[in-house]
Amino acid sequence: MRVFYYLELALRSFRRNRVLTALMVLAIALGIGTSMTTLTVLYILAGDPLPGKSDRTFYVQLDAEGKENYQPGGEPNVQLTRADAEALLRARRADAQAMMTGGEGAIQPSEAGREPFHVDVRYTSADFFSMFDVPFARGAGWTEREDEARARVAVISKQLAEKLFAGSDAVGRTIRLDQHELVVSGVLDAWRPTPHFYDLFTGAYEQAEQVFLPFSTSRDLDLERMGNIDCWGEQSMTPTALVAPCAWIQFWVQFEHRDQAAAYRDFLVHYSEQQHESGRFVRPPNVRLRNVMEWLDEGKVVPSDVRLQTWLAFAFLAVCLLNTVGLLLAKFLRRSQEIGVRRALGASRRAIFVQFLVEAGSVGLVGGVLGLGLAWLGLWAVRQQPQDYASLAALDPSMLAVTFVLAVASSCAAGLLPAWRAAHVTPALQLKSQ
Amino acid sequence: MLQMKNISKLYRTELVQTHALRALDLNVRAGELLAVTGPSGSGKTTLLNIAGLLEDFSAGEYRLDGVDVRGLSDDARSRLRNQKIGFIFQSFNLIPDLNLFDNVDVPLRYRGLGRAERKQRIESALERVGLASRMKHYPAELSGGQQQRAAIARALAGEPPLLLADEPTGNLDSQMAREVLEILEQLNAQGATVVIVTHDPEIAARAQRNVHIVDGVATDLEAGPALIRGSEKRLGPIFAA
Repeated sequence: MRVFYYLELALRSFRRNRVLTALMVLAIALGIGTSMTTLTVLYILAGDPLPGKSDRTFYVQLDAEGKENYQPGGEPNVQLTRADAEALLRARRADAQAMMTGGEGAIQPSEAGREPFHVDVRYTSADFFSMFDVPFARGAGWTEREDEARARVAVISKQLAEKLFAGSDAVGRTIRLDQHELVVSGVLDAWRPTPHFYDLFTGAYEQAEQVFLPFSTSRDLDLERMGNIDCWGEQSMTPTALVAPCAWIQFWVQFEHRDQAAAYRDFLVHYSEQQHESGRFVRPPNVRLRNVMEWLDEGKVVPSDVRLQTWLAFAFLAVCLLNTVGLLLAKFLRRSQEIGVRRALGASRRAIFVQFLVEAGSVGLVGGVLGLGLAWLGLWAVRQQPQDYASLAALDPSMLAVTFVLAVASSCAAGLLPAWRAAHVTPALQLKSQ
Repeated sequence: MLQMKNISKLYRTELVQTHALRALDLNVRAGELLAVTGPSGSGKTTLLNIAGLLEDFSAGEYRLDGVDVRGLSDDARSRLRNQKIGFIFQSFNLIPDLNLFDNVDVPLRYRGLGRAERKQRIESALERVGLASRMKHYPAELSGGQQQRAAIARALAGEPPLLLADEPTGNLDSQMAREVLEILEQLNAQGATVVIVTHDPEIAARAQRNVHIVDGVATDLEAGPALIRGSEKRLGPIFAA
């Protein structure tokens, strides 16, 4: 294979010009290290948390607010009232739907002497687990019937199961949440959707909750809720009451095919018209239906400084590559005599071009390895920052592959002009010029 | 082996046009040893570069071993150069960071030969020029004469039918020059066609035929004294290392 010969020649060339080679490797490594650090952070923050389903899973908004501050066509409230969410859930017009809100509570371990501790809780409905591909280690979620029956059931995280039951099967066991007994129907496997897309109000990069239980049950037991709540009009009742004019529920729907969303939007408009006619809604119908990625965009989940840093890092990589182009040009053209000899001995321009491109690519490969180390260091530095996403900053296998592809591709790109110039060295001039 | 008809070479710059070769006819028969002589700047090296497919010509016809080289792609010219031509240069042009073995290997790599065949050819070529024991030496570790012998080994490893030598003894003292010339003569005796561009009257005198170039115009002179042909036909060692 000719390419192995070229690799061998590249190695010889590196040995011959150690300082120049080291400079090029360093330039590539710095550029790659910086851009991979910022790109990894962006990739983690802007990733699709529901691959394969995100384009057919939608967040629902209705405009149930009063006349105050009304602007025609303005953005409706980001959450639903409990009455609307329960009505949409009952209507079952999507293939799957779930209402939800965040909460918190105290878990009392059954063993005497153990202190109670706080957990984050999600109050939701039966379809939540299948819609969001939530993985189960043991057992399963609950059913619609259990939603309706306000069943005392719960799904708990793997960590909580370990903590409470120390490795024994938690399914069928009882946990005590705020003095209420709930039977464990399922134990989740490791699950951390990033971002925490289904509820951005409790923190865009929060970990998933440790306890999940039916929304209906949470109201029956009057459990503690948390997250945003917007009320309007007269405040004459508890904000979480069924008919309170307060928005605090997130509502998600999912379809088999994404084009079913149009029909669902019509249904939402029709529902809004009905509510308007009945006098519950005072504003004209104004609905939104955004899929997961649109919802994350709307929520501006990715901090703008992260995007800016990524652009700056890539600009820095471009500067590093420009330097590499200069160094490669100097290095390759210094070997004009060798190029002339090789051409005289039968190397075509193409062969010379490939030889030097392989050499440039090899610089990129070595720079990539070093850049990987720098990216690892950079991500370690990010993890030391106070941001809520900091703990997520780590290289995964796909970013590892991207690092090498980027390193080799960019150094090959940097090598294109020098290799082309090398391939067009006039052999006749070089052979006579010593 | 080499047929040139009406070959012209014109170099153009913004200000001047220079005729390096003018309607040159040259016919070199297979097995011939030809010396090309002429004053500096007369077009000798241009002729050699065109003959070696390193430079294009402006007009005329050129057939190398029966192949019309006009309009050939760079790939095809390179392949033809690799298979048909061996170059020997005044300044040896060995690649400094390759040892002799790897230097001789260069044309064979572009030929796409397998490892075993390359090894056999390299060892045989180096043995023929008396450098078998210096395979692992780098050019800088050798004398000028040894370097030129290594360059000859590189030229002949691919067993090309045509050897083009540009002032092959120009950088050597008289003893070494004689050794190199004897190798070229022996290769010619073994069947290779050899074209030598030279200022050296001794080489011109020992060539079978002389072509003299002045201002890009070639004149076929009367053949010099008969070449001293050895009776040896086998490819044995010529020098002790």
